[in-house]
Amino acid sequence: MLLAVVVKRAAMALLTLAGVAVVVFVLLRVVPGDPVAMMISPGASAADIAALKAHYGLDEPLLIQFWIWIKGVVSGDFGVSITLHRNVAAVLADRLPATLELAAAALVVAVALGGSIAIAGTLMRRTAGEAVIDGLNSIMLAVPDFIWALALVLLFVIAIPILPLTGRIDPVLAEGFHTKFYLAESIVTGRFAVAGNILSHMAMPTLALALPLAAVIVRLLKQSLKEAMVQDYVLLARIKGFRELRLVLQEALRNAVGPTLALTGVQFTFLIGGTVIVERIFAYPGIGNLAIDAVINRDFPLIQGLVLLFGLIFILVNIGVDLTVAALNPRLRHA
Amino acid sequence: MSALRLAIEALSAISLRDGNRPILRRVSLAIAVGEVHGVVGESGAGKSTIAKAILGIIPSQVRVAGGRITFEGRDLLALSTNELRGILGRDIALVPQDPSTAFNPSRRIDAQMTDGLRLKRGFSAKEARMRARALLEEVQIRDPERVLNSYPHQLSGGMRQRVLIAAAFGLEPKLVIADEPTTALDVTVQKQILRLIRALQERHGTSVLFVSHDLGVVAKICDRLSVLYMGKVVEQGSTADVLAAPSNAYTKALLAANPRYDRPDSGLEPTPPEVIAALRAEIAAFDRGARQAEHG
Ligand SMILES: Nc1ncnc2c1ncn2[C@@H]1O[C@H](COP(=O)(O)OP(=O)(O)O)[C@@H](O)[C@H]1O
Ligand SMILES: [Mg+2]
Repeated sequence: MLLAVVVKRAAMALLTLAGVAVVVFVLLRVVPGDPVAMMISPGASAADIAALKAHYGLDEPLLIQFWIWIKGVVSGDFGVSITLHRNVAAVLADRLPATLELAAAALVVAVALGGSIAIAGTLMRRTAGEAVIDGLNSIMLAVPDFIWALALVLLFVIAIPILPLTGRIDPVLAEGFHTKFYLAESIVTGRFAVAGNILSHMAMPTLALALPLAAVIVRLLKQSLKEAMVQDYVLLARIKGFRELRLVLQEALRNAVGPTLALTGVQFTFLIGGTVIVERIFAYPGIGNLAIDAVINRDFPLIQGLVLLFGLIFILVNIGVDLTVAALNPRLRHA
Repeated sequence: MSALRLAIEALSAISLRDGNRPILRRVSLAIAVGEVHGVVGESGAGKSTIAKAILGIIPSQVRVAGGRITFEGRDLLALSTNELRGILGRDIALVPQDPSTAFNPSRRIDAQMTDGLRLKRGFSAKEARMRARALLEEVQIRDPERVLNSYPHQLSGGMRQRVLIAAAFGLEPKLVIADEPTTALDVTVQKQILRLIRALQERHGTSVLFVSHDLGVVAKICDRLSVLYMGKVVEQGSTADVLAAPSNAYTKALLAANPRYDRPDSGLEPTPPEVIAALRAEIAAFDRGARQAEHG
């Protein structure tokens, strides 16, 4: 049964990606501005411009351009970045790990922080403590990632300067890596000083991305936990003499976590979208930051590759969430 | 008379929801060691509130207004949460009403049966599992291994109630509270469950507070019984005495409505209006007396 779901979702995913490919391709060529206009020097002749357009294949009819591109994509060739003069796939492969590590760290922080606060709030239900948590959380729910970014800069760069403002790693330490997963690699190989340096760079962008998601998790999970805590089976467990914390963790959490997981999946795609502006603010070298450069330069092949990559990530996240929700439900597992 | 296990004295409770309406009116009852005491009354009479008061799970909108619940020489109403937690699950256990909601849907039966044994009896995981297996055999479950490895939704209602009974008695408590343990079950299954509770109770010498809206069921299983109406005990005595010569017209009406107490729920008839009127008058007189005592 689970397999059928996966196959269906994969087919849907391919269709979605095809749609995204068409839309981004057409949009780029319909809206004003093209890469050639961005690179010609003033006073270039019409012939020069035409030659450049021909060089990048932009003189062909739209349909032919699309055909050439999509044929390449299917065989794994995403074209060459106009500004970076490198294969788009290679550029993305270079930059993606930085964003994946950032998004994963933000997700972990959001789940750990949001989960603990939700559990604490559940333990404190009907007390002043719960009111404080609810009040703070409703403020946090209204603050977007880039505001957090600015607040964090004010706090940790200007007021108490303990964190580096920009980058992913101290350049002198960025030697000798075999992969672009700097954080994972430095931890696996036991280079903890390097890992610490990376984490200090990641701290602010991670928090900026994590806090809005944490707020959403607190709100929904606490609500679900409170509903679960009045179920008969929790009452029966209480009568066995279990403590409140154990009741929450052992009895309520697993039954309450479904809606939060599903919503976290959706919100996680927002978080990945948020990397665009947050990576920019902290000059973090991931695909989000790259996307802004690509758009400024009208680097068509790079933008197209990035959009497909973002689309693929969104789809994979959603499938992952659905599978996790299904796996947590014994009724589905043992149907 | 043998030693007392539980003594409820003048237990009163009010509902904060609608103008401090009384829910329990100075309820007193005593349960001896190894005795089954039935509390019978119509829905809303306050039966579950008595059970909840013993278990310390009174809802936030209900308040205990007076009385004592003495268990092993200690007033349960005066204990701290921690002290009560020490007693619950070790000395007092509950067989709940609805086996379809009493299980955590995402934990295996195994886990739900053994956690109490490990916490309260100090069993190792392996010992607890063996004990759970033996308990299931004791409630005549033929394939205990399969049941232990199942999730609740994979078991029938009757099977689940057997598991709940096994779990409750398996903790070797001194008192089991059974709040309408057969109401959610088919009539045929009801009988088996009643026999089972009685058998386990006798074998382990457990005291039982048995709550039901059905006098037929209570008559079958209980040594003594209390009839509750609007939170007031209107009849109390040994089951044999009450059945032979009920003192209250309400009890008579219940018996008349349900003459075949070997067949629960057969031919229930509504209580005659004059009996209701007399009961209301009795309650009103009681409330006047209570108010006078309070102000005078
Ligand atoms: N959570 C609650 N808040 C306020 N009143 C309640 C609550 N639960 C029950 N009551 C009231 O207490 C009375 C007795 O209820 P209960 O003990 O459940 O009766 P029974 O078990 O005999 O059907 C009812 O009148 C009911 O309205
Ligand atoms: Mg009840």
